[in-house]
Amino acid sequence: MDVWISALLFSAGYNTSLVTLGAMALGASAGMIGSFILLRKRSLVSDAISHATLPGLALAFILTATLTGDGRWLPGLMIGAALSATFGLWCVQAISSRTRLGEDAAIGAVLSTLFGLGVVLITAIQTMNIGGQAGLTDYLVGSTAGMLAAEAQLIALCALLLLLACFMFRREFLLVCFDAEYAYTTGIRTRRIDMLMLLLLLAVTVIGLKVTGLILIVALTIIPPVTGRFWTNRPLHMVAIASVCGALAGYLGVTLSSIRSGLPTGPLIVLSAFMLFALSLLLSPRRGIVAKLAAHQRFKTQVHLRQGLLSLARHEAIYDGLTLRILKRHGYIRRDHVPTPSGLAAARDAEHEEQLWSLYRTLYPDEAAYAGYVGLEPIGQCLPPDTIMALEMRRYPPQGGAS
Amino acid sequence: MKPPAIHDPAILESPLAIQGLTVSYGQNPVVYSVDFVTPPGSLTAIVGPNGAGKSTLLKAALGIVRRLSGEVLVYGKPYAQQSQRIAYVPQRNSVDWDFPATVLDVVTMGLFRQLRWWQFTRRKHRDTALACLARVGMESFADRQIGQLSGGQQQRVFLARALAQQADLTILDEPFAGVDAATEKAIVEVLKSLRQQGKTLLCVHHDLTTVRDYFDHVLLVNVRRVAAGPVDEAFTESALQQAYGGRLGALQLERIVSVNSTPGA
Repeated sequence: MDVWISALLFSAGYNTSLVTLGAMALGASAGMIGSFILLRKRSLVSDAISHATLPGLALAFILTATLTGDGRWLPGLMIGAALSATFGLWCVQAISSRTRLGEDAAIGAVLSTLFGLGVVLITAIQTMNIGGQAGLTDYLVGSTAGMLAAEAQLIALCALLLLLACFMFRREFLLVCFDAEYAYTTGIRTRRIDMLMLLLLLAVTVIGLKVTGLILIVALTIIPPVTGRFWTNRPLHMVAIASVCGALAGYLGVTLSSIRSGLPTGPLIVLSAFMLFALSLLLSPRRGIVAKLAAHQRFKTQVHLRQGLLSLARHEAIYDGLTLRILKRHGYIRRDHVPTPSGLAAARDAEHEEQLWSLYRTLYPDEAAYAGYVGLEPIGQCLPPDTIMALEMRRYPPQGGAS
Repeated sequence: MKPPAIHDPAILESPLAIQGLTVSYGQNPVVYSVDFVTPPGSLTAIVGPNGAGKSTLLKAALGIVRRLSGEVLVYGKPYAQQSQRIAYVPQRNSVDWDFPATVLDVVTMGLFRQLRWWQFTRRKHRDTALACLARVGMESFADRQIGQLSGGQQQRVFLARALAQQADLTILDEPFAGVDAATEKAIVEVLKSLRQQGKTLLCVHHDLTTVRDYFDHVLLVNVRRVAAGPVDEAFTESALQQAYGGRLGALQLERIVSVNSTPGA
């Protein structure tokens, strides 16, 4: 516990602090680019990228090991991983654009093939007599324990550059995600922007090799964006929240893994990200489970209130206990169920609203069904003023005849 | 090799001059060698039966859909140099309305061109976007989630976004499809007020009965160009017969073409 707290407070030594900062920057950039990828509905692509890094990683390992005696040279491994991921991406693009297969099928085929190839190569390495092979699993599940300061600096620097790139192109990304054709008409080269998004995703994957391991980086590009979606309805806010969640996951994961030697960083980061996701799922005020339950309760109350008021307006007797309680709580009826003056006024309003809504439903059935209006919301908040005016004119024609 | 210079002033001044435009999916031409010179300051309808390539024609002119052949000039220059002068209002079913965005977010997208990457959207941008929303009667919906809008409201938001772009030419793809009567009226008023400001509007339209009321020019297409020009000259019974190939009954035609049948006038 003490170890964890000192790691949390950045007082567990220079290296640990540096690694923590690097992982936070990585998490932030993964959350950011991951959000755009999610909004573009291409989350599966990140899966393809991460699996496709494996053969390149293994080949780079073999190459540097035969040249220098030790294969664990991070920049070399990054380049190898990037090259094979690029190849994988190219295959996906080629298959989905030149054949009738969809992108998902192409991703499935490419991902499993390249990963299979990677596993074969890794197995081969383990039977070879070359240096540093024991450390290879660190790149599969992530290990920051023995990370060099130079490596941590490289990761942090690259991650910060990625963050900057995402920030610079946020509006182009957003437009392409929302409506690529419209984006094109405003002068954005959509294909280039799509390419850039994939490039940044690829860079995040490669940079994250040593921190989360190559497979689990997928979680870091998907879970924080989904978490962000719980908290906001606005696109760039979602990107920002995802970025913070990613950084937080990196922070918690790395510090947790420093508690005991041998704890893998990647899984801990992912579990931290998941914890944030689970909390959001439960507690988010917009889409969380608790909020949904509360909203359902509110809706039930609204229905009872409206039905009660309509019954008052039409002088019908009310028997439902809940309806009576709600009316009493609002002060619309007295203890002996006789409506109060404010109750009568509210009943008149409710009747008026109800008539406008039912007129709207008769006149524009498609519109009403499409928007799912049930008629409980105040009509003024749901329809534009000119539409309401038109409804009022229909309901109460100015020449008289209205009652 | 440069294409021969064009000296025809009508083409050089036209907001959108299309020449010999052909689009084909596979071996099947959807738009075939269409010429059309949009008159500046006009409100033009593109009319034709389903599958006549109306939307494709516009998308090809904008470069969204790749064209097989043909030339498109925007005020005498290629589109890529002039995209800031054009606003496009796509069909509303072209986007995912579950996208995390408010009405104001979508309208603000029309202002992105003015913003460099280091700039943030400020008060004045918000005010501009709100003013555009007010013109389509949606200012009270600014903070509404776009997924909660009805079809007509979605269309109004798209129109507001185009207004924010302050373009000289606005291209609309079926803006009246599936909207309520109040929205249709609101949109027509905006379009007419834009024309009064000297802007040009080009609009794919499917309701033949309103062509005379709403538009001053018309382009009738059915894969090929059938007729084009001022509504009084080009929107004739024979042109309609040709475009729709006998799909319109005699009574229907009479109702569409006769000038005096304007309802509610």
